[in-house]
Amino acid sequence: MSYIPVTPEQQREMLLKCGVSSIEELFKDIPAQLVPAEFSLPKGLSELEAVAKLEKLASQNNSKMISFLGAGFYDHFIPAAVDALISRSEFYTAYTPYQSEISQGTLQAIYEYQSHICRLTGMDISNASLYDGGTAVFEACQMAISATGRRRIIVDKGVNPIYRKMLRTHIANLNVELIEHNVFSDGSLSRIALKEIISENVAAAVLQNPNFFGIIDDHSDIVVECKKYGVIAIQAVYPIALSLLKSPAEQGFDIAIGEGQSLGIPLSFGGPYLGFIGARKELARKMPGRIAAKTEDKNGNEGFVLSLQAREQHIRREKATSNICSNEALCALRAHIYLSLMGKEGMKSAASLCHSKAMYCRRRIGSIEQVNMTDSRMFNEFIIELPINAGECAKLMLERGFIAGLPLSQYYKGEIGPNSKGENSADNLLLVTVTEKRTKQQIDDFVKNLEEVICR
Amino acid sequence: MPVIFSKSVRGRTGVSLPENDVPDNVSIPENCLRTSPLDLCELSELDVVRHFTALSRKNYGVDTGFYPLGSCTMKYNPKVCEKAAGLDGFANLHPMLTALPDGVKMTQGSLAVIYELENLLCNITAMDAFTLTPMAGAHGELTGMMIIAAYHRKKGNNKTEVLIPDEAHGTNPSSAAVAGYDVKSIPTDPATGLLDIEKLKEAVNEKTAAIMMTNPNTLGLFNPQIKEIAALAHSFDAQLYYDGANLNAIMGKFRPGDGDFDVVHVNLHKTFAAPHGGGGPGSGPVGVKKHLEPFLPVSRVVKKANGEFCVCDDYPDSIGRVAPFFGNFLVNLKAYVYILMMGGEGLKKVSEQAVLSANYIMRSLKDHYDVAYLKTCMHECVLTAKRQMENGVSALDIAKALIDKGFHPPTIYFPLIVKEAMMIEPTETESKEAIDAFIEAMVEIAREAEDNPEALRNAPVSTPVGRLNETKAAKEMNVACL
Repeated sequence: MSYIPVTPEQQREMLLKCGVSSIEELFKDIPAQLVPAEFSLPKGLSELEAVAKLEKLASQNNSKMISFLGAGFYDHFIPAAVDALISRSEFYTAYTPYQSEISQGTLQAIYEYQSHICRLTGMDISNASLYDGGTAVFEACQMAISATGRRRIIVDKGVNPIYRKMLRTHIANLNVELIEHNVFSDGSLSRIALKEIISENVAAAVLQNPNFFGIIDDHSDIVVECKKYGVIAIQAVYPIALSLLKSPAEQGFDIAIGEGQSLGIPLSFGGPYLGFIGARKELARKMPGRIAAKTEDKNGNEGFVLSLQAREQHIRREKATSNICSNEALCALRAHIYLSLMGKEGMKSAASLCHSKAMYCRRRIGSIEQVNMTDSRMFNEFIIELPINAGECAKLMLERGFIAGLPLSQYYKGEIGPNSKGENSADNLLLVTVTEKRTKQQIDDFVKNLEEVICR
Repeated sequence: MPVIFSKSVRGRTGVSLPENDVPDNVSIPENCLRTSPLDLCELSELDVVRHFTALSRKNYGVDTGFYPLGSCTMKYNPKVCEKAAGLDGFANLHPMLTALPDGVKMTQGSLAVIYELENLLCNITAMDAFTLTPMAGAHGELTGMMIIAAYHRKKGNNKTEVLIPDEAHGTNPSSAAVAGYDVKSIPTDPATGLLDIEKLKEAVNEKTAAIMMTNPNTLGLFNPQIKEIAALAHSFDAQLYYDGANLNAIMGKFRPGDGDFDVVHVNLHKTFAAPHGGGGPGSGPVGVKKHLEPFLPVSRVVKKANGEFCVCDDYPDSIGRVAPFFGNFLVNLKAYVYILMMGGEGLKKVSEQAVLSANYIMRSLKDHYDVAYLKTCMHECVLTAKRQMENGVSALDIAKALIDKGFHPPTIYFPLIVKEAMMIEPTETESKEAIDAFIEAMVEIAREAEDNPEALRNAPVSTPVGRLNETKAAKEMNVACL
């Protein structure tokens, strides 16, 4: 298959104009010894053949199981109109909106998306998006380091372990001290100990709500402590929960960040996802990435442009606030369309359904005698302690068509669980997630199968 | 056009969710609840559909028309790639399935795509191993720099500087800085448009961690002295980094690995036809030579002897994680489909036509505009509006006039070292008719610059808004409707 429309005859005309007799002559600057003798890639396929190959590969994935797996990345309902609108190629075949007069669609959409993020989090400003939630944690920490001139970061272990892994990678060469603060054995925030290590040497404290174990909290008291010492308080949030839960701004946070995948973006085997960020306006000039702003033309027509570009790499080069250039604009547009459709009532009812069904599921699982439960202050995720290895349980449940949840020993060893500080304390812990897509019937089937698996 | 929030009508809804079918209700502790209700839109589905349809009509994409935005490789995005990415088996797969025992059995199709695409990219660039995890070009640069930093740490090298040509994309110095390096800019030889090797020799020393190069560079010129530059870098154990932004020029003609580059990133959303999405998502896979493979980010996909794919995180020297899972998988998938369809011969033809079209434009416009370097270019050419500036017509004015003639303008004011630069990259997917129409428009504008410069300064006049006041935007900082 080829997408080259220039015919051989037209090629000849073009070569003539260039004053050369062959295309090879145009590549004469490449030394002969550097030209590869062979370029051993497979022969090209027709569209029909390519589709057949891809359909076969897709069929080797099993996306049909009933899922109780979340852990920061969720299986939520996506209205059909989201896919229909995102397919408009005026959006998806455009580049970053440098030429604002012919990019008002993208620019206004970014402005409205920023507005949505600000409304969700209660913050003053936002940007056109970051790669994912983990990148957002790193970028928020960079903002705090730059704003405070300090180089110590505290991150609670209730923050998604994937974000923390990414943060460790990104600061490896940066002379930044990272303190990962332990949670209690049930996964809840160890707040008194946390307050003790907040000091005038700390740039940022990062918390998550609901935390990785699904536990909800009010962090207002931690933020008060942060303010006392000029520490930038950062909260990672689950946007679906925000129509019920206290917003980061209501708790006093300076920066709110998160993974926006749950806002109308399919699970996609890990990406593309959406990192979102909101901040107080005092931090505007520390913000990474693109920002759209409202302005007008000389006739007074309202319009939108990319603004505050003096922060960015194409102007500041090595002094830029961040190297981020391409972001996840189309995913941000997805989130924006999703939020527009769901609206006030839809978001509230999705959150209420997630929570109610999770409460039901937790209660049902709790009635299985051999299963122990921990903290009940949850949104739509909770830890269960099984009488058997959680990985083994998940494996047996896969055979029955269920993705049972995340075995926590993947990410935690010794910090949580009944015998915390022991190497294997998290081995029997499973993190279970329920979204609005699960029906009562599915939950009942799940609990029945779970009981059979663990009581065998 | 009013923002969406102003269209909200109390009591209107755009979705219907199932009724609660469980006996439980919301029971959240008082202190965790919102104190004020979340203020979102109240719109019907049709309200929303019309709003976004109207917005889309105020946009210009590759599907709208010619988009010769230099350095961005705005080629046609085949629809079949979108179709593949929409297949349920790919779109609705949870990445953490692979963390469950036997979960990889449920994801063999996606893991095969990752494994095979890594191999294809190794082939195209002559590198030994690839990671698909970086989620944009700049993210690839940062990942590459972090790999280099880990390599030097492991060897106990005390390296603090990265050398970068002054014509490079802004992301190069920025990514090097985010990775913790000081940046030294190396000038371009004004006579050749290529890196000044003598200046490079003066700058490179024991402190040099890496040299970042784009080849062909942002002037669209191929640097034939690349082996010499590589030898110079390697004599100080500095690593040579290849910015793949311009890979569309050289497929099948030059492989960075053969030029002794140690690290390369490629932009799947440029060369390999994944759409740009109005600013992303992109994908910036990174390839390395053998000696850097241990430092690649996790997770990595491994093929077992029995042909089964598995996910492995057990690489003690790995820099760790730059993405939550496998990078922008669906973007990678689109590029995979594209490469499968092109094949080796097809990719070679892509570069040949891209280079021919750029030279054709340069030769057709050289009498009407000054050319930064009037010699054979690769996939893009850089003109300047120097001559037009004598009549007070700038590159910006020319760009805006092109909009009125129905074209997306080229990249302007970049590279920074060329005054009034206009960087034109036609790509191979544009027909000769489209290119000729663009040339004709540019010639007309050159004429208007002499006859009626004032009109150009007022362009565009055909768009929903005229030139917008950027100073006002930065000063008032109205970035959200609250």
